[in-house]
Amino acid sequence: MIPALAIENLTQDYTTGFWRKRSLRALDGLSLRVEAGEVFGFLGPNGAGKTTTFKILMRMQRPTAGTARILGCALDDLAMRARIGYLPEQPYFYDYLTAREFLLYCGVLCDLPKQAAAARTETLLAQVGLTEAAAQPLRKFSKGMLQRVGLAQALINDPEMLFLDEPMSGLDPLGRREVRDLIARLRQQGKTIFFSSHILTDVEAMCDRVAILHRGRLVESGKLSDILKARSNELEAVISGVNETALAALRGFALELQPTPQGARVRLRSDRDLARLVDITQQAAGRVVSLNPVRESLEDLFVREITGQVNDP
Amino acid sequence: MKFVHIARNTFRESVRDRVLYNLVVFVLLLVVAAVVIGRIAVGQEAKIIVDAGLSAMTVFGLLIAIFLGLGLVTKEIEKRTLANILSKPVRRAEFILGKYLGLSLTLLVNAVVMAVAITLALLYAQGGADSLQWRLWPTAFLLWLELLIVTAVALLFSCFSSPALSALFTLLVFLIGRWSLDLKLFAETASSPATRWLSRALYHLLPNLANFNFINQTAYGQVVPWQLLVGNTAYAVCYIAAVLAAAVLIFERRDFK
Ligand SMILES: Nc1ncnc2c1ncn2[C@@H]1O[C@H](COP(=O)(O)OP(=O)(O)OP(=O)(O)O)[C@@H](O)[C@H]1O
Ligand SMILES: [Mg+2]
Repeated sequence: MIPALAIENLTQDYTTGFWRKRSLRALDGLSLRVEAGEVFGFLGPNGAGKTTTFKILMRMQRPTAGTARILGCALDDLAMRARIGYLPEQPYFYDYLTAREFLLYCGVLCDLPKQAAAARTETLLAQVGLTEAAAQPLRKFSKGMLQRVGLAQALINDPEMLFLDEPMSGLDPLGRREVRDLIARLRQQGKTIFFSSHILTDVEAMCDRVAILHRGRLVESGKLSDILKARSNELEAVISGVNETALAALRGFALELQPTPQGARVRLRSDRDLARLVDITQQAAGRVVSLNPVRESLEDLFVREITGQVNDP
Repeated sequence: MKFVHIARNTFRESVRDRVLYNLVVFVLLLVVAAVVIGRIAVGQEAKIIVDAGLSAMTVFGLLIAIFLGLGLVTKEIEKRTLANILSKPVRRAEFILGKYLGLSLTLLVNAVVMAVAITLALLYAQGGADSLQWRLWPTAFLLWLELLIVTAVALLFSCFSSPALSALFTLLVFLIGRWSLDLKLFAETASSPATRWLSRALYHLLPNLANFNFINQTAYGQVVPWQLLVGNTAYAVCYIAAVLAAAVLIFERRDFK
C-alpha cells in the first residue's frame, strides 16, 4: 500500500547572518513514513525542526536535499493538494474577512462548488463552536478562536489527510478536549493525521505512532508505549492526612518524599515497599490517594536521547 | 479560474481597508476647485477642471498603484497568509494573476468614479452638455492603462526587493517612462558610447508612458485618436504580460522561510 506520507532523507539548511554567513542545519536527513489511516505524532523540543518539515511539505520552501511524497504524489501535485488539509503553527488569516467569508474563500480555493462550500462552512462553524462569531471579522478573534478557524479551514475540503502543526496551542482545556475528540472522530472516519506537539498527555491519548525529532534528526520512532520505557518497578504514591512521625518513618525506606499541603508524594523502589507504606499511613489515620507506576516522561526521554547522542562516537 | 476568487478577495480587501475613501478627498477637492476657479478664471474653467482633475486622478491613482501594488504579495508573505494559499490547490502563477487583477479592479472603480466626478463638475461649470464631457473619458482610460503598467512594475519589484526600495524604483520607472522621449533623444545624442548604450537599453526596457498622458491635449480640445487608443491598449497588454511573467518566474523560485 502507498504510504500517506513518505519523507526521504529530508535536509534543510538555513543561512543566517548578513555579513558573516553561517549555516544552520534545521533538518538533517529526516526519513519517515506515515501509513494511511494512522494518527501520527511528530514530537520534539523547541527548534527541533517540526515546523520546518511542515513548511517544506506545504510548498513554502524547497528543501536543501531529500524528497517527500504525500498520498503518493509529488509535493506540487495540485490534485493531491485538494485532498489534504493544513493547519499552520501560527494561524494568521485575512483579518478583514469574517470567519464565514474566510471559510467560503478557502472552500472555493479547494475546488469546492460554491453551494457545497457554503454548506460545509456552516457545518464546520458549528463543529468548532464559532457559529455565533461567524459574522465577526477575524481581527476581533482571540488566539484560541483563530486556532478554531484554522482547524475549520483545514477540514473545509473533507480531506483524506490532515497536517496539523501544534493543533492544541492556544486552546483552553475544553478546547483541547474538543480537538482530541475531533481527531478521534476523524480517525474513525479513516483519515490520516500527521500532527506535531510537545504535550505528552495529548500525544499519548491520540497517537498510533510517534516520531521524535531532535536538532533535525530522527531519534526515535514507533509506538509511544514502546519508546517510553517503564522505569524498572518504581511506584509513586500520593498520601494525605498523615503526621510528621509517619513521614519520618516513610523517609526511612522511600526513594524520594515530597511533602504536599495535604500529605506527601512518595516514590517507592518497588511494590514490596507498598505494604509498609499502607501500614504506616493507616496507623497515622491517613489515606492513600493514588498509586501509579513511574513512567519516563517525554522530557526524560529527550534527556536520555540527547545524552545518548553525545556519547555516540 | 481560481484567480477570479483571488482577485475578488483582493478587491474586497482594498474596499474594507477603505482605499476607496480617497475618492471622497478627490471629489471634495474637485468641488472646491470648480467653485473657486469659476470665480477667478472666467472662460477658462472647463480647461482648468479637466487639467487639474485628470492630473489629480493620475497622482491619486499612482499612490494606490505603487503602495497597494507593492503590498499585494509582500503583505501575504509577512502576514503568513501565503502559507494557507500554497497548501491549497493553487498555482503560484494563479495567485500572482489574481492579486494583480484584484488591484486592477480597484483602480478601475477609482478611475470611473473620478471621471464621473470630473464630468459632473464640467456640467456644472459649463452650464450644460458639451463634447468635452465625453472627450475626457478616452483620456481617463489611457491613464488607467498607465496605472496598470505601474502596478505590474511595482508587483515585479516587490517580488525580489524591499518595500522601500521597490517604491523608489517604481516611482523612478514611472518618471523615466513619462519622459521616455527625452531618454530617446538623450540616447541618440550622448557623446560617450557607454551612456548611449545604457540610455538606449533603458529606453527599450522601461515602459514608454509618454503616449499615455493626453491630459493637456484634452484640455485644449483634442480627442484621443483611435489609433493611439488601440496602439496603447495593445502596448499595455503586452508590457503587463511580460512584466507579470517575470514576476511569476521570480516568485516561483522563492522560498518563504
Ligand atoms: N527562517 C529561518 N531562518 C533561519 N533559521 C530558521 C528559520 N526558521 C527556523 N529556523 C531554525 O530552524 C530550527 C528548527 O526550527 P522549527 O521552527 O522547525 O522548530 P520547531 O520544531 O517547529 O520548534 P517549536 O516547537 O518551537 O515550534 C531552529 O533552530 C530555528 O532557529
Ligand atoms: Mg514549530
